[in-house]
Order: sequence, then structure tokens, then C-alpha cells
Amino acid sequence: MAGYKDFISGDEAVAIGAKLARPEVIAAYPITPQTIVVERLSDFVEDGSLDCQYLHVESEHSAIMAVLGSEAMGSRSFTATSSQGLLYMVEGLPYVSGSRFPVVMMNANRAIAVPWSIYNDHNDSMFCMNSGWIQMYVEDAQEALDMVIQAYKIGENPKVMLPVMINVDGFLLTHTYELVEIPDQAEVDSFLPPYVTDHRMDLNDFKSVCIGVGPEYHTEFRYRQYHDFKYAVDAIAEVDREYGDKFGRYYGGMVEKYRMEDAEVVLVTVGSITSTARTVVDSMREEGKKVGLLKLRYLRPFPDEAFIGLSDNIKAIGVLDKNMSYGYEGTVYTNVNSALARREKRMPSLNFIAGLGGRAISREDIEEMFNQLLEYKGEAEADRVRFINLNLKEVEE
Amino acid sequence: MSSNPTINIKNLPEEEYFFGHKACGGCGGSLIVRLTLKVLGERTFVAVPANCMSAVGFYYPTMNYGVNALAAAFAPTGATLAGMEAAGKAQGLEDYTVVGFVGDGGTADIGIQALSGAIDRNDRIIYICYDNEAYMNTGVQESGLTPLGTKTTTSPIVNGSQGKKTHKKNMFEIVAAHNIEYAATASAGYPIDFMKKVAKAKECKGTSFIHVMAPCPTGWGIPESQTGAIARDAVECGLWYLAEYEDGEFKLNKDVKEFKSVADYLGKQNRFKHMNEESIALIEAQRDRTWARIRRNW
Repeated sequence: MAGYKDFISGDEAVAIGAKLARPEVIAAYPITPQTIVVERLSDFVEDGSLDCQYLHVESEHSAIMAVLGSEAMGSRSFTATSSQGLLYMVEGLPYVSGSRFPVVMMNANRAIAVPWSIYNDHNDSMFCMNSGWIQMYVEDAQEALDMVIQAYKIGENPKVMLPVMINVDGFLLTHTYELVEIPDQAEVDSFLPPYVTDHRMDLNDFKSVCIGVGPEYHTEFRYRQYHDFKYAVDAIAEVDREYGDKFGRYYGGMVEKYRMEDAEVVLVTVGSITSTARTVVDSMREEGKKVGLLKLRYLRPFPDEAFIGLSDNIKAIGVLDKNMSYGYEGTVYTNVNSALARREKRMPSLNFIAGLGGRAISREDIEEMFNQLLEYKGEAEADRVRFINLNLKEVEE
Repeated sequence: MSSNPTINIKNLPEEEYFFGHKACGGCGGSLIVRLTLKVLGERTFVAVPANCMSAVGFYYPTMNYGVNALAAAFAPTGATLAGMEAAGKAQGLEDYTVVGFVGDGGTADIGIQALSGAIDRNDRIIYICYDNEAYMNTGVQESGLTPLGTKTTTSPIVNGSQGKKTHKKNMFEIVAAHNIEYAATASAGYPIDFMKKVAKAKECKGTSFIHVMAPCPTGWGIPESQTGAIARDAVECGLWYLAEYEDGEFKLNKDVKEFKSVADYLGKQNRFKHMNEESIALIEAQRDRTWARIRRNW
């Protein structure tokens, strides 16, 4: 069947992307707002359109540890979760990455308790930034579908061999519908051939995996993990380019730059909010304001080169964080500043905290961020972390 | 289900798949791993969670399993085995076995959820709980399978206290209550019986579970040479039993007409040295209740 278009939700796009990637094993546990992914995949397995072993496990902890087992056997595997479920998986994340098994997981970004909330922010995945997984963030359902296919190709690259977490904004993307182009299975098959690896348990060549390593070799194992993320940087660029050539959608690799050529201020975004920010850039440009947008598609590996290479004409850079590392600042902001610190010329920066627990970020909110950046001269560092659309009265009462 | 009556002391497989490891002398757990792999053979995939059998066998660069093996996390052995089995099935592998070696805490405490899930799905895995009645790898702390009165480092004997305050969980019947295809209890003191049960589990089309008593000389405070003897004593005094659950029916494999002395069994082990007559009477009463129920219902 040739490729076709369908009006589907982000969750359905992920499920279809997973199906197109032909995993041999799926293990997953339902959680709002990821649930539709596990339901659709169950449909596909049940109706025979996806030939796959589907383990309906009893927890997220078991989901991640089951795909550890199946990847250890050399089988392409998929799982999906969200929020509390991702946190329940936390023990398994470095098991998978340290063992160098290229599992692909979808995470429907959702706030974490307490106060609990089923709505979107990025505190769940940011919590797992140090887990050794490649972390990508998508802007819409189309990108979600495309990235499931790309994720396997990146992670399974023999030089990379790292697991990939695809972050999809809960409800904002998982439960909204858009017209999505669904690629042809045969085309996907030629782009993403079956997974073949020696890095597995094998009846003809037995081995031990997920081993213990003491102080005499431990640093060397960790260095390999650190080092091989550099290969991931190359693979991300190559795979995205190849995907663009084949399917006509190229996403820019690690980052997407929007109207940054002569920008005086730049806003850094992650995930679905980029779409709103892009329209704000367009209207502010019409007013003659030189604003630009930098969408980070990956946080691990971190696209530091994109910041080191920024033009000196940029007077200030803002980072929109839908998360908070309590006791300091937004997580993306810290990472951005670490890259900015390696520039010769200092670049003033501001951190905008917004969209926590599902609070909508309006066009006006983003305009406000740009205006604050345009006025910012690099003074009052203590005031660098700014909550947008915060009702202080509510806090004081 | 076909049993394997061929295993006896004369035709034990000579192949060894677990050796050179760092387990203590007289280790019951490593004996269970060794005997199991003799029965299952080289086409076996092993998962071992955090316990002595992973700590002594997976320490880079010395790998001591002579078959494919994975050192799993503590809680999810049932799930990791399920993932391995699912992959084997997806790949169309034939004539292979997936087996887990899990301690008492790894089975009855932290791992019970993943075990329950695997049995519920009827994944074709063999789950072997080698029970040495405490968290031995971390230095003898009490688990849900530590018997009443046992001295451990978290049930210490202070001012006449009597050790662990509750009875051992009945893991065998908890598992059976899932309507599992095959479950058995066994003992390191009865190796042929154990290996026959492993052979039976190997033929199983769904989940199988063997709960095997595996003494730990270090944790129990017995001489290294007494592993088998103390395991037999446990059965002969009625504190452990050899049984099977198959086709929805329980079956006692070894009826003990006259129990040997519980006090003698306990008295041989440092972990029970503190026990007074009252505590011993409590243990005997619980034993008698258990056996009365077994004789009535099975």
C-alpha cells in the first residue's frame, strides 16, 4: 500500500510509527495520556497487521525490564509511558542504556506528583536527563510518527547502540488531531531494515550481559557511554537527512532555526510550544521586531554547537522551560548556559518558566517573553528566572 | 505432562555450566544453579536478579555462567524472563529454555509483582526460587520467607527477644493460587527429586515455578559440609515439604509419618540458638496446622 494521509491524534501517530518500525516485542502498561498508544498497538497485534509479541505487563517497571530482556536477545523492542510511569521505570533506564540496548520508548510528557496532575509539562523527562538515553522532543503528530522510525535507525547504529526516548507533549499532542502523512511500509522497510546485531545473547555464542564491573574497569565502561554519544550526534544528522531525502520531511537534525539570520533576541523552545512561538515570531517580525526562534529537538545529546555558533549580534537569549530544577532554575536553561559559557563574547540570558501542569502558554505570553528579552540589557542576574503568567496573589494568600 | 524419570545418580549429565564463581563453601544456592543447568543444558537463557548468584557470577571480566545469562535488576525477574521468552518466540527459536534463579526476598518480597504478572500471562519461563530464608547477599537481613524466630541482622536478639516476629509466607500456595501450570517445592537435600522437577518444568508449555530450600552455611551458622544434611533435616522434622501442584491439584511427594525433633533441627544452627521452649512450641504448632491442612485437603 502506498503512503496515505489520515486525520489522527499524536498517540495514534506514535502507534502507527511503532507499527511501521516492525518491533518484535512490545511491553507496555497504560497511563494517561499515553493510553491510546498501547490500545492501538494491541489492535494492530490482535488484527494481525503487526506481527509482534506484545507483553501486557503489570507495571511500568516490568515494561522497561521486559524490553531489556527482549533487546538482550537481539529483538527490536518498543515501550511507551508517561509521568509517574516513567518515574517508576527510572531504575530500568540506566540498565538499558548501560547495557547498550537500543530500546525505543515514547514518553507522553506529563506533570509529576505532588501536586499531581494529568496535564502537560516536562518535569517527567527532565528528571531522567542523566539516565543515558537519547532524548528527543517533537513538535507535532507528524514529527512524532517520523521520529519513531528515525529513533530506531539512530539508536541501532552499531557505533551508537543507545536507547531513545521520544517525548510527545501530553494532551497538547497526544489528544489533538491533525492530518498526518503515513509513509508506505515498503519504503519504511527499505529505510529501516530488520535489526541485526552481535550484541545479544546467542545460542551459538553464549555470553553474559548486564554485568557487574568494579573500580578497575568501571570508568572505561562509562567513558564508552560518554564517548559514543558523539557518534549519536553524527547519526542524528545523517538519519534526518536520509529521512528527508526519502520521505520529503527534513527536521534540521539536532535543532531547527527559525528567522534567526538577523535576530536581536532569540527564544529557545522544546516541543509543541514551538508552533505557537513560530506564529508569534512572524507577527512580531511584521512589527519590525527582530526576533528569532531556536527549537531544540534533542536534549541528549545536547546541541551545544548551535549555541557556540550563534551570531554576536544577538543581544539576549531566552529559554522557555516547562520544568523546574528546584533550588536552581529550569533544566534546559542550565544546559544552554553551559554552552553559552564557552563563547568568547558573553551572551545575556533569561529563563522563562511557563506551561507547568498544563497551564496554557498563549501567544501573548510568548510575546511577553520576547519583549522582556528586547528590553533586557544583561542586568539584575538575580532576576534571571521569570515565571510567566504567574498569579502572585494566589501565592501570597 | 511427561516427567523425566531417567535422571538418577548414575546418569547425571557431566556437563558443568556454573563453576569458578566466588560463592562460599557449601553454598546451597550455587548448587541449585549448577544442578538446574545440568538438566536444562546449553540451550538455556538465564536471568538472575541482584542476589548472590549474580554477585558471584557476573563480575567483569570473570563470567561464570556457561550459558547465556543476564544479571537483572532486583524486582523484575519475572518481567525480564518474559521479555527474553517473547524475543525467543518472535525469532522462532526452538528447543530452548528461559530460567530465572531468584532468592527468597527477590521472589516473595520485591519480586512478587513481576512473578505474578508472568504467571498471569502464562509466559513460558521456569522461575526457580532458591530459598535460604534471608537476604544473604547483603548480610543476612530478614525477608518474607524468613521463618518465625530466626535471628537476622534486622531481627536481632536483644534482651531475650525471639527474632523474626512472623511466619514464613506460603509462596508455593500463593503461586498455585494463580492457577499456574506447574509448581513444586524441592530441597537441596533431595537433589534427584529437584532435578526431576526441573526436567518436568522444562516440558511445561507455560509458567513453572520451583521453590527449593537452599541452605546458606554462612547465614545459617552451620558447617559448610552440612548443607545437604540440614536441608534433609528440615524436611524430616516437617518444617519443609516436597510437593507439586499440577493440573489444578496439590500432591505431596514425601509423606513424613513421624516428624524428627524440631528442637534438634533448630539447635544445629546459630540463627536459632537463642530460641526458648515457648518459641519452639509456636513453630511446632504452626507445622502441625500446616500438615493437618495438607493431609485434609491434598
